[in-house]
Amino acid sequence: MIEQSNKIIHTLDDIKKGDTLLYLDGITLSFDGFKALNALSLTIEYGELRCIIGANGAGKSTMMDVITGKTRPDLGSVIFGEDINLLELDEPAIAEMGIGRKFQKPTVFEGHSVFENLELAMKADKRFFKTLFAKLSGNEKDKIYEAMELIGLKDDFKTKAGILSHGQKQWLEIGMLMMQDPKLLLVDEPVAGMTAGEVEKTGQILTDLAKEHSVVVVEHDMEFIRSIAKKVTVLHEGSVLAEGSMKSIQENKDVRKVYLGE
Amino acid sequence: MQKRKPILLKLFENDNGGKYLFVSLFAIVMYVSFANLLLTQGSFFYMSTFTVTILGKYLAFALLALALDLVWGYIGILSLGHGAFFSLGAYAMGMYLMRQIGDRGVYGNAELPDFMVFMDLKELPWFWYGFDNIFFTLFMVALVPSILAFIFGWLAFRSRVTGVYLSIITQAMTYALMLAFFRNDMGLGGNNGLTDFKDIIGFSLQADGTRVMLLIISFFALFGGYLVSRFIVKSRLGRVCVAIRDTESRTRFLGYKVEQYKLFIFVVSAILAGVAGALYVPQVGIINPDMFSPLFSIEIVIWVAIGGRGTLYGAVVGALIVNLASTYFTSALPEVWLYALGALFVVSTLYLPKGIVGLASKVDFNKILKRGSK
Repeated sequence: MIEQSNKIIHTLDDIKKGDTLLYLDGITLSFDGFKALNALSLTIEYGELRCIIGANGAGKSTMMDVITGKTRPDLGSVIFGEDINLLELDEPAIAEMGIGRKFQKPTVFEGHSVFENLELAMKADKRFFKTLFAKLSGNEKDKIYEAMELIGLKDDFKTKAGILSHGQKQWLEIGMLMMQDPKLLLVDEPVAGMTAGEVEKTGQILTDLAKEHSVVVVEHDMEFIRSIAKKVTVLHEGSVLAEGSMKSIQENKDVRKVYLGE
Repeated sequence: MQKRKPILLKLFENDNGGKYLFVSLFAIVMYVSFANLLLTQGSFFYMSTFTVTILGKYLAFALLALALDLVWGYIGILSLGHGAFFSLGAYAMGMYLMRQIGDRGVYGNAELPDFMVFMDLKELPWFWYGFDNIFFTLFMVALVPSILAFIFGWLAFRSRVTGVYLSIITQAMTYALMLAFFRNDMGLGGNNGLTDFKDIIGFSLQADGTRVMLLIISFFALFGGYLVSRFIVKSRLGRVCVAIRDTESRTRFLGYKVEQYKLFIFVVSAILAGVAGALYVPQVGIINPDMFSPLFSIEIVIWVAIGGRGTLYGAVVGALIVNLASTYFTSALPEVWLYALGALFVVSTLYLPKGIVGLASKVDFNKILKRGSK
């Protein structure tokens, strides 16, 4: 198991900007006859910041569930890197493989401090007997401080996550994702409920992140997407309706039909 | 180079409650021990052997409460079956004490305990072998509860049974064991259980010296259990456990194998409970299937809730206070006790979410001390 994961991390180390990082092919999933995903196919490149939009029920969250291993599709395949079949792995294994997810509702560990949250999220040997004797190395501490710097919570490192503001919790969670050193970050509605200033800062954090990771953002806030996105994918009724630059999406006839009823 | 702190000081870092508690408990245990052995009965400061024994029993219960707080307070498993692990440890010790009786039983059979002669058994059942050896027994005191905890936990946590459902099946587990132990053909004394003990490693259980020794051993077992628990909750593993308690799915997404963590804590807790049971038996002098009853297991939860969940020392305080009150009320006002216990539980749940120690930590002792010294 260990040898296997080492090998896989190695193959992902060779990955270059522009290579295909994630490939979803013909994913179909139905709940009691309702097709949540319908032959969904999608490619994410390494070092890309991709925005995914779609109405409620278009299958955005379900797609995230499939990628992270929370739900299994009825049909189709999910390939990570060159040849890792994610459908064969469980949630912890997928997380270890380098896919991190930020949930819609910020779910940080409220009883723990900012520092401890980041410590727990850090990429490390997560077997229980290792954590029993684990000690933070200087290198690991540096990584935590680096993350706190990026998300702007350096002065709050002792603060319990439960009393942070909504925006701060979202950033903390993004910081926790960073600590896992993932190749791919899935970010669910990062700016929901944020003030204008917080939205701007979040956009900055995500753009910074996309320099060294692939970032997939699901968002409703069109203004926000316009400000950060290079490439946008529109989901509708469980499959891809359109894909391209924000400009081409806004001019796309199908999209206008679905969204504006034209 | 940074100077390394002694491990004991490190474990009590940020744990003033625990420090004060164990210092005062140690003082009390020492006082009771010496007052019992060195003073004469007429003396005002004399402590009766009954006091020694009952304090020892409280300490055993406190260790049990500590074990429960570890699973309930730190990883969120509300076990309503911890009495089962306690009782298994107690039965293991009970079997050793039965073997120590030898031919001094009513029937005078050196090979078989009385109840077996009574049941017409010709030879010792296989699972009694080895229990004439104290080391084997001590090993079993830890092993038997941990095997049950491992199998139960492995099945339950792997199927991701959580919350109320998990609590209910822990209760079913202890209930099933109670029914099994009530049967005479289990070969463990049926509803009478194991009793009439005489010696422990050659020392008479009736002797004051033995009683005092058992009290002191109980104290150090509790202290040891406390240190082990502190070591666990202060480690990164402890922080992972609290994370699992607060947001299990999030922890899973971070790549922690939640089942392993739960299983580890559950098994450690079962061992502590087993040790508590083994300390209880020689001091109380009997173990019967009543200890497997769900009611007893629920009482443990009440001790922890009243003392203060998720603090470790709160569990110890809760067990001591509730049992002290129980001893007082059941002799002074027997009909009131159960109502008082119920009321205490309701009040502490409604108004003291962090139990008695939560209330105490709101009071600023340093301020009071300063004011007093002026």
